[in-house]
Amino acid sequence: MSTESQAAHVHRDDFGAKLGMWLFLVTEINLFGGLFVAYSYMRHKYPADFHHGGAELNATLGVTNTIVLLTSSLTVVLAIMAIQEGRRAASRAYLAATIGLGLTFLVIKTFEWSAKFHHGLYPSAPHLATLPHGEQIFFGLYFTMTGLHGLHVLIGISVLTVMARMIGSGKISQDKNVTLENGGLYWHLVDVIWIFLLPLFYLAA
Amino acid sequence: MSDQSTHPTEHAPLHPSYGTVVAVWIALVVLTGCLVLLSHFGLRAAVWGLLTITPLKAGLVFYFFMHLRYEDPLLKGVILVAIVTLLIFLVLLFSDVAFA
Amino acid sequence: MSTQQHTTAEPNYLEYDGKHNGLLGWLLSTDHKRVAILYLVSMVTFFFAGVSAGFVMRLVQLTPFHKMITAQTYNALFTFHGVVMIFLFVIPGLNAVFGNFVLPIILGAKDVQFPRLNLASWYFFIGGALIAVIALFTGNGPPDTGWSFYAPFSLKTGTNVTLGVFAAFILGFSSMLTGINFVTTIHRLRAPGMTFFKMPLFPWAVYATSWMQILATPVLAVTLLLVILERLFGIGIFDPAKGGDPVLYQHMFWIYSHPAVYIMILPAMGAISEILPTFAQRTIFGYKAIAFSSIAIAGFGSLVWAHHMFTSGMSDFGNMIFSLLTMVVAVPSAIKVFNWVATLYKGSINFQPPLLYALSFIFLFCIGGMTGVWQGALALDIHLHDTYFIVGHFHYVMFGGTGFAFFAALVYWFPKMFGRMYSNTAMYVAWFPMFIGFNMLYFTMLILGMQGMPRRYYAHLPQYHLAHVVATVGSWIMISGLLIFFGSLLHAVFRGKKAGSNPWHAVTLEWSVPSPPPVENFDEVPTVTHEPYHFAKEAGS
Repeated sequence: MSTESQAAHVHRDDFGAKLGMWLFLVTEINLFGGLFVAYSYMRHKYPADFHHGGAELNATLGVTNTIVLLTSSLTVVLAIMAIQEGRRAASRAYLAATIGLGLTFLVIKTFEWSAKFHHGLYPSAPHLATLPHGEQIFFGLYFTMTGLHGLHVLIGISVLTVMARMIGSGKISQDKNVTLENGGLYWHLVDVIWIFLLPLFYLAA
Repeated sequence: MSDQSTHPTEHAPLHPSYGTVVAVWIALVVLTGCLVLLSHFGLRAAVWGLLTITPLKAGLVFYFFMHLRYEDPLLKGVILVAIVTLLIFLVLLFSDVAFA
Repeated sequence: MSTQQHTTAEPNYLEYDGKHNGLLGWLLSTDHKRVAILYLVSMVTFFFAGVSAGFVMRLVQLTPFHKMITAQTYNALFTFHGVVMIFLFVIPGLNAVFGNFVLPIILGAKDVQFPRLNLASWYFFIGGALIAVIALFTGNGPPDTGWSFYAPFSLKTGTNVTLGVFAAFILGFSSMLTGINFVTTIHRLRAPGMTFFKMPLFPWAVYATSWMQILATPVLAVTLLLVILERLFGIGIFDPAKGGDPVLYQHMFWIYSHPAVYIMILPAMGAISEILPTFAQRTIFGYKAIAFSSIAIAGFGSLVWAHHMFTSGMSDFGNMIFSLLTMVVAVPSAIKVFNWVATLYKGSINFQPPLLYALSFIFLFCIGGMTGVWQGALALDIHLHDTYFIVGHFHYVMFGGTGFAFFAALVYWFPKMFGRMYSNTAMYVAWFPMFIGFNMLYFTMLILGMQGMPRRYYAHLPQYHLAHVVATVGSWIMISGLLIFFGSLLHAVFRGKKAGSNPWHAVTLEWSVPSPPPVENFDEVPTVTHEPYHFAKEAGS
């Protein structure tokens, strides 16, 4: 079977779909990559202030959220494995668990952010303006990067919700599951980005 | 390039077993613990942890959870290009910053 | 997609009525050829909007007492001109129009890998353009930062920069998604037998370009996002008052925007590599050298960004590294030029308008490229930085290079796209004012810059006046050429003589299908056995 007949007549090219997804993930990696570049530049400029900034963050919450996301990555793998074995109900249950864990992450994040707001540690806050320059930048980067990451978690939750419905309607099935695989890839990437954010911010102290 | 010869429908893609994925998850949690532990031994240790354990964790997710181990070399190449590009950006940026 | 069999006289893509008719049949069509025409029409429209702004700026320089417009309006004009020309014309450029139209056919495919995503890319493009237009007329006046949105000015100015930056952010999505689509298409949809080294050179160039779009555009996206966040919330990263660093902005901006220069020029080079063998009726000289130089340009082109920043206070070591890399990137470009010229040597030259425009490209691009090497030299750059020399240089590359290659590609593939032929005479008549006016306008700028005329000033000292007058007159001559060019092409779309399927006796796959191509391009998927430029006439070679 040639590539051509597979793609143009059957209109189904699972490998092509995955390649497209991976290329999309490359754009995501470089999107955050730009922020990592900015972070390294600034940390090099203000090493001590970043140290102090990290001390203000709640490492326990950061680590908890890491465990939450790592576990959600596991459940999404299990959801894909389940659908490939034709166990639809199990697959949906694992997806539901993933979505639940994603929401847990966001709830914890909300608490964390509101605590920072409460202490006047947010961009343009009068209190933050009294701190050294490096700490202002630290919190600027902290809100930008965790905010953009949070947005990706939100998008990931929506995507996985749609896919859980697609399993229900049979659009994703045992032998037609590349969409779910791609959704899973997105979710894992969100997890990987968080893996980097944890030591960059929470463990910088 | 090797993509022409690879047709996913021809041979069923290999999958990790349940044991493998759970083991990877445990490894990830343990490595997170190590990272936290290291950060208590001062800044130097924390930075080394950041530079070694974090990429290792990311690698595990890429390799097993994201299936890269079982995929075509083309996909591995794609991700390699992204990572190498980012590293080059960083190195060249520091050719300015580090000597300023 | 339709499963009907068109056994007799398959309708071509221009006539075909799918699910929707009329305008909707275009706006909702996922056919790569229709999407290409959508890009062509919208981009040429934006091009003339940009030309108008340029025209007015030249008029301002003609009247030394400047009663026409305020300095603020002049700032808005050059920003508008830059944003429109860069983000809405040259960056999508040949990749969006000819990449869409030609790439699938030249590979022997029926469409791109993700047709719906392809149409979505066009909507991101138009959406971004609309936001840019809205930014002009709302808020506290149109953006006045120049197309590069340099911090800290872009953070502090009261004009509508937030929306303008957001427009560029949205346009970035269009570019990234197109890149993803084309890379996947090239990997998955080549005709049987077409290995990478039997692939024509235009797809090679598109491949390299698309990779750059994937790798570099996200960095711009996040940089622009930081500017927006800075303006909305004051996160401080580029703001010196909060400890931020404008030099970081410049780094991040040019990490994308220098590769963007190669995003603009690479597909142009690819099109030239198609045109020259066709009109020399012989195989391209140094196929592999040209193919690999595309990849090399993409690679090295990503490593030279800071040569825009030699005066920004970077470290000496950084300056040295980036100056060195800038010299290196000239090598693969030069390799291409040598191979093109060698292709013509002892060819059976068939002189037609596409060849004329392609040769103009080579000439103008050489001037553009070599003035670029001057600026890569550290000491000289201090003198030339932010003068008209820069303006002249990048117009030679962007307009003389990409622009003329765009015209060459347009007249080359025009009979394929519309099934009609334009008047050769009109193309030659248009060429003279375009080429002469171009050089009057931009060569003068090179001289002005060396004499010290700064860019982006709305006024000038009396000693520069004569040159400014020459440049302005040149702009009129050039624009008249552009009007003849596009006017006669527009006429030919509706009234031109029917063109055969292969008017130039070319050998790549897109010329093996009827003009205009049928909806699904090929009745039967072709099998490729030859090298891409295998001319039968070349007996014994």
